[in-house]
Amino acid sequence: MTRRTHDMPDARTVVLAARNVAKSYGNVHALKGVNFDIHRGQVTTLFGENGAGKSTLMKILSGVIQPTTGQIILDGQPVGFADANEARDRGISIIHQELSLAPNLSVRDNIFMGRELRGPLGVDFAEEERQTRRLMEELEEDIDPLIPVEELRLGQQQIVEIARALSVDSRILIMDEPTSALSASEVEVLFKVIRDLTAKGVSIVYISHHLEEALTITDHAVVLRDGTMTAYAPRADIDLDWIVRNMVGENYDLGSPPDSDKRAVALSIRNLSVPDATGKDLVQGLSLDVRAGEIVCIYGLMGAGRTELLETCAGRLRATGGEIVLDGHEISHLSIGDRIARGLALVPEDRQRDGLVQSMSVGQNLSLASIGTFTRGLFTSPRDERKLVEDTIRKVTVKTSGGGAPIGSLSGGNQQKVVIGKMLATNPRVILLDEPSRGIDIGAKAEVFRLLAEGARQGLAVIYSTSEVGECLSIAHRIVVMHKGRISAEFDSAVTKEKIMAASGESVAA
Amino acid sequence: MSATTTAPRQNGFSLGRLLLEGRAFFALIAIIAVFSVLSPNYFTLSNFLIMASQVAIYGILSVGMLLVILNGGIDLSVGSILALCGVCAGAMMQGIELPWAGVILYPPVWAVVVLTVAVGALVGALNGVLVAFFKVPPFVATLGVMYVARGVALLMTNGLTYNNLRGQEALGNTGFNWLGFNRIGGVPISVIVLAVVAILTGLMLSRSAFGRWLYASGGNERAAELSGVPVRRVKITVYTISGALAAVAGLVLASQLTSAGPTAGTTYELTAIAAVVIGGAALTGGRGGVRGTMLGAFVIGFLSAGLVIIGVSSYWQTVFTGAVIVLAVLMNSIQYGRGGRKS
Repeated sequence: MTRRTHDMPDARTVVLAARNVAKSYGNVHALKGVNFDIHRGQVTTLFGENGAGKSTLMKILSGVIQPTTGQIILDGQPVGFADANEARDRGISIIHQELSLAPNLSVRDNIFMGRELRGPLGVDFAEEERQTRRLMEELEEDIDPLIPVEELRLGQQQIVEIARALSVDSRILIMDEPTSALSASEVEVLFKVIRDLTAKGVSIVYISHHLEEALTITDHAVVLRDGTMTAYAPRADIDLDWIVRNMVGENYDLGSPPDSDKRAVALSIRNLSVPDATGKDLVQGLSLDVRAGEIVCIYGLMGAGRTELLETCAGRLRATGGEIVLDGHEISHLSIGDRIARGLALVPEDRQRDGLVQSMSVGQNLSLASIGTFTRGLFTSPRDERKLVEDTIRKVTVKTSGGGAPIGSLSGGNQQKVVIGKMLATNPRVILLDEPSRGIDIGAKAEVFRLLAEGARQGLAVIYSTSEVGECLSIAHRIVVMHKGRISAEFDSAVTKEKIMAASGESVAA
Repeated sequence: MSATTTAPRQNGFSLGRLLLEGRAFFALIAIIAVFSVLSPNYFTLSNFLIMASQVAIYGILSVGMLLVILNGGIDLSVGSILALCGVCAGAMMQGIELPWAGVILYPPVWAVVVLTVAVGALVGALNGVLVAFFKVPPFVATLGVMYVARGVALLMTNGLTYNNLRGQEALGNTGFNWLGFNRIGGVPISVIVLAVVAILTGLMLSRSAFGRWLYASGGNERAAELSGVPVRRVKITVYTISGALAAVAGLVLASQLTSAGPTAGTTYELTAIAAVVIGGAALTGGRGGVRGTMLGAFVIGFLSAGLVIIGVSSYWQTVFTGAVIVLAVLMNSIQYGRGGRKS
């Protein structure tokens, strides 16, 4: 496959380029020397799994963050953007994956936020409203410019986000997952807008998990994996297989299912339904049995309901229907603490938000879920706590100067091991892990998986979720694919990546 | 005390860091040194004991406030609870008339103390329930309770003050002024009460499971909850303790004055918050300790007493106290600014 060299880009065809761009957060290397070209008046699509570095690269190109090393070249000239405003002034705008709207403000005010049109009497609201109406017409969306954004449904909010990016007349438009909440007809309109824009000479960078959808619009494909660019090709040379192959990689060894005698059913989920705030079911009548010593992988796209399923089992969310049975006992009515005491532990998806207490030390984080085991009467026993902390650090191989070290001094992978170690220290019978490999490097990933395989060998029931296909085909005995709140397919470990992706709705035409 | 009271430690010795972390202690030393030079009456044992017994009231309040702030909340109602509880104690000392039985009850002092603390705990628990179960922001919930408690105290006395709470030998309810006037080994009882409260709270924070729960849920409530910490119970408990300690402070104050008025303790909650902040606790929760809070309370108390002794106008005292608070917050943001703002 064509590999880009370190040559300067041809300024006639390449409008914006990254050369050898790297970005590190502490010990975590999000990008490792990437070269990337944006072609003038064409659509370049960036493919890659979660954590491959797509969003990081886009944030660098749009000035939101600065690269640790490397160069950004605009029209053949090296540039450095101090912030997103500077990049916007140079004609680069970005539609973020996460919506960045102020929900209390109107559509008009959101679109012109930070660059209000000035009239003789302050802000020229009439002109802003006129332009907003024109944008909405262009996007074929019937949205009142004066309605507060919070009253719009998610897809319409995404349209507002897109309209805001369009309103600045940029030369380069970066779209990070713009279609995740859009309906099929809205996607059609967006693609029409993209074609109009490219016809006018605007260059587009497109990121999407819907691979086929992206293939219909793109002119060039670039694949990222683990912070490095693995492949580059024009549209004519590629197909779906090529993308999947380059996305997940061939030699991607995260271990194999451990030999363990599968015993009695440890966790049984029966007909479970979980609603979101509006009453729509995120998990719909789902049933799943997991045996002691078994490892089950739950694969699915964003919004498939994996997190909701696991958090309901752990007790964070309430189910509207169904049963959760642990070792033959119904536990739906128990508190999170009681479930942990019974042997059901959850390692949450977002370790910064849900896993770690930043103001506490490594040791205090590790012992947080098992304080009861080293409390003697009224007081905790520092000696027993130290023993528990040291044992856990050894068991999950956390690289740290000791239990007293601040949690922020650890790398992402080691922080994740602390969260896993904290739950393993409660001696669980069933452990649920929501995207345990998110944001950690391949070495740490392998260690986490080795740890889980070891646990299963000793009779632990393991359920982990992932949105990276490569991780399904590692230690899991069984792969369950979720799609829109239901189990859409179940495979044993001999399945292929393509089959898993097809069942998740990823590569199938919508 | 324990590692929970300190910020992330760094390797190597640095004078700036030492000064920053021990700032409340150094401030106290500086205050004592300056006033000792300015006034010969300042650096005497009797003056220190008098100042300490004044600090006791704020100190007891600020221990309760510390617990609430460690939890990431705030309790604006402690000044009003102090007044309400003082008035309750006063009413009981004056005798509770039971019209249907035709008798007036004069409960013994120990019963007055127990009942008063129970009233404070109850009002505190109301704060806790509002915050934990009804998700009312702590600022608003305790602001409301602040007004309600003050209003009830005014209603109970019709705005008047209960005077002469010494009790009568014949009624068997003497001894109320013991708390405020007596000394054990020369140390005022109020200071001993403060010391006991501080030591017990310190032990609870550093050594008990509850203390760990409190630091964890104040540092990251979601993570604590998912680790099995009963976060709502922790919340209700800290507001309840804060209310109970406000009642204790109310008893000490009423005993020192042998009178209880419904306007007592106005703005004391702000002084308590100031003591906690000067003591290095983070208003976002999860960081702070009893030792710092005690130092904070003594900094405020010794500063204002010193200004009185050297004859500075009380208006200037307000300015100085305010300046100390602003300086303390500034230092806190330097200390926690980098670590505390992780997304």
